Amino acid sequence: MRVAFGEGLLELGSENEDLVVLTADVARPTHVIGFGERFPHRFLDVGIAEQDMVDIAAGLALSEKVPVAVAFAPFMMRAWEQVRSTIARCSLNVKLVGTHAGLSASDEGASHQSLEDVALMRVLPNMTVVVPGDREEVKEATRAIVESKGPAYMRIGRDEDANFLHEGFRLGRATVLRDGCDVAVFSNGYITSEVLAAAEGAPVDAMVVHVPTVKPLDSDTVISAVRRTGAAVCVEEHSIIGGLGSAVSELVSTEYPVHIRRMGVSDTFGESGTYRELLDKHRLSAPHIREAMVEAAKRRGKR
Amino acid sequence: MSGTVELADLKHSTDVQKVKERIRQVQRSLVEMTSSMGVHIGSSLSCLEIIATLYFLKMRHAPHRPQWRERDKFILSKGHAAPVLYAVLAEAGYFPKEELRTLKRINSRLQGHPDLRTPGVDAPSGSLGQGISIGIGMAMAAKMRGSRSRVYVLVGDGECDEGQVWESLMTAAHLRLDNLVLIIDRNGWQLDDRTEEVKRKVPLRSKLESFGWETYSINGHDVEKIVEVLDAAERAEQPVAIIAHTKKGKGISFLEDSNKGHKLKLSEDEYLAAIKELEMRAKCA
Repeated sequence: MRVAFGEGLLELGSENEDLVVLTADVARPTHVIGFGERFPHRFLDVGIAEQDMVDIAAGLALSEKVPVAVAFAPFMMRAWEQVRSTIARCSLNVKLVGTHAGLSASDEGASHQSLEDVALMRVLPNMTVVVPGDREEVKEATRAIVESKGPAYMRIGRDEDANFLHEGFRLGRATVLRDGCDVAVFSNGYITSEVLAAAEGAPVDAMVVHVPTVKPLDSDTVISAVRRTGAAVCVEEHSIIGGLGSAVSELVSTEYPVHIRRMGVSDTFGESGTYRELLDKHRLSAPHIREAMVEAAKRRGKR
Repeated sequence: MSGTVELADLKHSTDVQKVKERIRQVQRSLVEMTSSMGVHIGSSLSCLEIIATLYFLKMRHAPHRPQWRERDKFILSKGHAAPVLYAVLAEAGYFPKEELRTLKRINSRLQGHPDLRTPGVDAPSGSLGQGISIGIGMAMAAKMRGSRSRVYVLVGDGECDEGQVWESLMTAAHLRLDNLVLIIDRNGWQLDDRTEEVKRKVPLRSKLESFGWETYSINGHDVEKIVEVLDAAERAEQPVAIIAHTKKGKGISFLEDSNKGHKLKLSEDEYLAAIKELEMRAKCA
């Protein structure tokens, strides 16, 4: 994911002279180093100072530049108040990218895993929140947020490399990857590839809906999916509080209430382990998702 | 040759006189605002001459074209002094002075703390410690564009408690941003107490110097000195920090050098006394 992001930035950098990339001593692991080498005058490594980085980005945006500030997702949250008070409040054209998101920092443990960032960014007015999951989609989402006006947050994982999309990313649009009538499964990020694996050969007919834009949520697609299926599962590499599952529940509970099962990290911190072990432990791998699909489908139509 | 210099001096002193007249207008506007609404008047008065000198004499800006790209920019990092910024902007012609009466009222363009909806406000603030970083972004953007636009950031001395201030001081010095000027309103007070009681700031000057800033120390109420140091800042080859020694509540004796006016709505008697004092001082000037 990081590699695709770095490539995407390079492409955009040669097209848009106003693009400026900032990072906080993580140029190498976030793969923005390529941009820095190619466009040294439009690149700033502020050192280990996320709050400074985010407000420098604000100043650049106030001077008509298009800054992309990149850090590890958990440490971008350190600058959340700056994002709130300055960037979101004035709808500044700053793009924030958190890498190593979700459980993907795996072996580094809880300090480096970010299970709250979607909730924190989603609650901010004016903020667009994007969680792409497929290699090409990461590139396209990077382009989409850079080309859109206003603040945006994109979270990507560390090492996982998925390729499950056949059509391009469009900001604010969810994509039905597999049709089905027993249960709708909403997911984003890498986890969508686990959902697809779970749906294949499942004893229920699951509709798989990939929702890379958490905000603004594609309400038409979400509502038509729950209308068709009558039950839903939401799966994400994030706390079950405040992320995609919450966004879908908030919408569905008012527009077309059906049973929703939210899967994510259950209000707890992560720990060290391999990425696979962590997904299993938090019941986010295909077998667990399949189980949840079956359970949710049983409650179909019962309100 | 000497004739030219004298002429320049004359023009300069006339300019300074004009600034002083406008400063009296701004003081009056501030007192008017404080008579109808609780206002951070103490910390507004401490930096009044600094902001006024910037807008009325030093900065290149265009009130009729607030978004002019080549303008110099000003960031009021100590956002609670918003009323004085608004009074200066109104005096400069960014919006009608009558609008000052709407300060902090519902649907007003004049928010409690600076917000981009106010014509002339270059950056939002209110949450302390962020202005230097924002200024760095603006100063970088000016350099990328090859613009000679300069960026002025005003922070409070209490604000220097914020860690981000020191992050950004390091960054600006590292980048040798010679188009960035920091002014510290050293009024010696913060919300809870005197600054040195809450958390020691001294030796402020050597801290700034050791962070790589060309540092000056002036009387922040002396317009001539403010102009002189801002002129010197234009010749620097690194970012410049100016410690402006000021008095909270300057100009209104019952507020001076105290925390009484940290946030205050003047009573009728206080309002009359303040106006009377300003008029007395105007006569003596």
